[in-house]
Amino acid sequence: MTTRSVRGTRRARRALRVAGTGAAALLALSACSSPDADSGSGTGDAGSSASSSGKLSGTVTVFAAASLKESFTALGKEFEERHPGTEVAFNFSGSDTLAASITSGAPADVFAAASGKTMKIVTDAGDTAGTPATFVRNQLEIATLPGNPDRISSLKDLTRSGLKVVLCDKTVPCGAAAQKALQSSGLKLTPVSYEQDVKSALTKVELKEADAAVVYQTDVRAAGDKVEGVDFPEAAEAVNDYPIALLRDAPNADGAKAFIDLVKSAEGQKVLTEAGFRKP
Amino acid sequence: MTDLDDTAPGRTAPETRDEGLDARLVVDRGSFRLDVALTAAPGDVVALLGPNGAGKTTALRALAGLLPLTDGRLRLDGVRLDRTPPESRPVGVVFQDYLLFPHLTALDNVAFGPRCRGVSKAEARAQAAEWLDRMGLAEHTGAKPRRLSGGQAQRVALARALATRPRLLLLDEPLAALDARTRLEVRAQLRRHLAEFEAVAVLVTHDPLDAMVLADRLVVVEHGRVVQEGGPADIARRPRTDYIAQLVGLNLYRGHADGHTVRLEAGPTIATTEELSGPVFVAFPPAAVTLFRDRPTGASARNLWRCEVAGLETHGDQIRAGLTGELPLAADLTTVAAAELDLHPGAPVWATVKATQTHAYPA
Amino acid sequence: MTKSTRTPTGTVDGGPRRARLRGGTRTVPVPLLLPALVGLAFLLLPLIALLVRAPWRDLPEQLTSAEVWQALRLSLVCATSATLLSLLVGVPLAWLLARTEFPGRGLVRALVTLPLVLPPVVGGVALLLAFGRNGVVGQWLDSWFGITLPFTTTGVVLAETFVAMPFLVISVEGTLRAADPRYEEAATTLGASRFTAFRRVTLPLIAPGIAAGAVLAWARALGEFGATITFAGNFPGRTQTMPLAVYLALQNDPAAAIALSLVLLAVSIAVLAGLRDRWMTAS
Repeated sequence: MTTRSVRGTRRARRALRVAGTGAAALLALSACSSPDADSGSGTGDAGSSASSSGKLSGTVTVFAAASLKESFTALGKEFEERHPGTEVAFNFSGSDTLAASITSGAPADVFAAASGKTMKIVTDAGDTAGTPATFVRNQLEIATLPGNPDRISSLKDLTRSGLKVVLCDKTVPCGAAAQKALQSSGLKLTPVSYEQDVKSALTKVELKEADAAVVYQTDVRAAGDKVEGVDFPEAAEAVNDYPIALLRDAPNADGAKAFIDLVKSAEGQKVLTEAGFRKP
Repeated sequence: MTDLDDTAPGRTAPETRDEGLDARLVVDRGSFRLDVALTAAPGDVVALLGPNGAGKTTALRALAGLLPLTDGRLRLDGVRLDRTPPESRPVGVVFQDYLLFPHLTALDNVAFGPRCRGVSKAEARAQAAEWLDRMGLAEHTGAKPRRLSGGQAQRVALARALATRPRLLLLDEPLAALDARTRLEVRAQLRRHLAEFEAVAVLVTHDPLDAMVLADRLVVVEHGRVVQEGGPADIARRPRTDYIAQLVGLNLYRGHADGHTVRLEAGPTIATTEELSGPVFVAFPPAAVTLFRDRPTGASARNLWRCEVAGLETHGDQIRAGLTGELPLAADLTTVAAAELDLHPGAPVWATVKATQTHAYPA
Repeated sequence: MTKSTRTPTGTVDGGPRRARLRGGTRTVPVPLLLPALVGLAFLLLPLIALLVRAPWRDLPEQLTSAEVWQALRLSLVCATSATLLSLLVGVPLAWLLARTEFPGRGLVRALVTLPLVLPPVVGGVALLLAFGRNGVVGQWLDSWFGITLPFTTTGVVLAETFVAMPFLVISVEGTLRAADPRYEEAATTLGASRFTAFRRVTLPLIAPGIAAGAVLAWARALGEFGATITFAGNFPGRTQTMPLAVYLALQNDPAAAIALSLVLLAVSIAVLAGLRDRWMTAS
């Protein structure tokens, strides 16, 4: 019953969205008399015409995992420069939250998740167009206080008594990955807190409230010298794949495709690896 | 009415000489300045009488310590109280609307003071019960204030103030919150309780009847100053301000006497029986005035003035006419007389007063 | 201010109350009724939606989980402790604001209400900066007494108090302003010190206002999320209160989150309805 009524409202919303696209197309039409003006009649043929002409417009809405914030923001600017008249709007949050919003009908063009599991929620609901592709991977790292005063050098060191360690909650990808790493090495770690996302776990170390946190390499990189990263071999057991996908109800499918292409391109990969991500 | 100056200077015990209240209260409140002197011996009941805004309540609050003195002094039984906080003053207050604590029973209201002064709970309640009994409220000890009638609440408030055995009892408009019927009864009771009270009582009122019935001595305050003080009879007979004259129901004029004639500043003269010279007051009651439509013939009335009716109002079973003209005055006459004279605002009339019904006294 | 309710005939009370009841039978003007109903619907619809979409079949299973009861117990303990702490310092603070004159009182009042507008997460960060291990005060607590507050149940209580106390202070201050200060004066003329006057006269007089404020503060503390998770973190049994459990359940099991919310809702309604009848109608 729940699903049926959700579908019902979604159908209604889709109808609205089509109308919205029409309006956007009209706006684009009046703004510039482009050669592909006659293609702005609906979402169906918009995709084909965009691939042929490459002229993009409107807003591309990207739902992306919180850990992608720095690199995707940079790529968004790059995208807007390459395609004048476009705008990239981001919604950075926990992947689960984003997946839940998308399956309940939030209007978005692209979904970039921090785990295959969260992407699966969206694909299972039939809300993606095509198969999601892994574009980067992220690996865990221990974030310690600057200068590593507690001399933490391994995952095992975190189990020392008196050490205040924060982990992500098991419900978010970084927490699930940390549990996986701990399990594979047979360690039992009682943190002082299971944080609601990776950023707040890192913040606790940045504010020196916790001595260490298990977070992503990208987060350690983004935090600069406020924390110090310590690699640990068990991290390889719990690598997170980051899939990206075009969404089925994307209001701006052309823009979405172009954005995904940019993320996958050599230049996109360069920005992402600089942020600490690994190539798939 | 002890005049402190009369006391023999040779007396040895300063406590006895300093018994009672000796105060000069100066309080500045913005542009208003209160400056009144008050003295009273134990057993005295002094009424501070004055119009609204005269500073009576300010004086009372200053006596209780709820307002600081700007200047002046306050001594009670020889002890300086100027800087003493209210909770340490031997002063009891009956507030205008009593301010009985609504969450406490009558008994606990009265026991509150003794409790605060260190009496044990049982003893405080026993004392309170005794006070309520004395006030004729033995049956209402367990009642919350909202269950009490106005008169009962007033007596509880009095008992509460007396239970701390104050050396100065202050009553702020003690009868103002009561309706006319209850008022008569409560006034008589209050008079009895005040007569029994052995220390100084100061009551504040704007009602001359309350003041005259309850107090031995009246202190009339206007604009923060004492304008007249004395016994009730003296005040009623010899008012010195328009406010008091109005309160006691007299026409009052100020003028210059020369023998049996008083010349007012505005011009007209009033013939009197008293022979005086210099500045004087002349007073006569409205009922002493006789009105005529036409100028009366005959020389019997020397005090004859041409006036005009300014307004009419009923006053008991009489009509009170407000007159302007040569001599502004109030005149009382019967309804019949008013009809016969065809009195209406603007009507010209002649007013006469017999010299024997006037009263002149030095200003 | 509040003159006695004595009627001219000398009998007291009763009169105004009857008048109020009579007013209730009069027709309610439409310009008031319509917005009122819209407002009511707006407040109730989300709650009704929660009930409609609740996974009633899974509910028993959700409710038997030990974690739910652990979180609920912690929520109730912490919210109640935060309310008591708020009463302990908030009532005197309200008295200070209502009954004394001091320079900068207006500013102090504004500062007291600041946690109302501050996003709770920011409040949590501010608490960390003050009472954290490296906080302005916290570092001394740590080095002198070995007390650290973040990640502890005490931390939860502090975070909830920070967010909830303004409700209490505002409510009590308002009641104090409406209460007749002359009762305190009457008490002092009877020999009561200012503190005795406050304790024996003012406090009983404003009890309904204090109760209302305490209920507000308790309700706010019970629902507190942002400041708690930021300052005290999230650890089952120690700092994971119901709202935190709900939020985290929402990540991957929305049905469970709804079930948890229903539990919280039911408990709140039970407590608030009970308290309202007992205290708030006393005024």
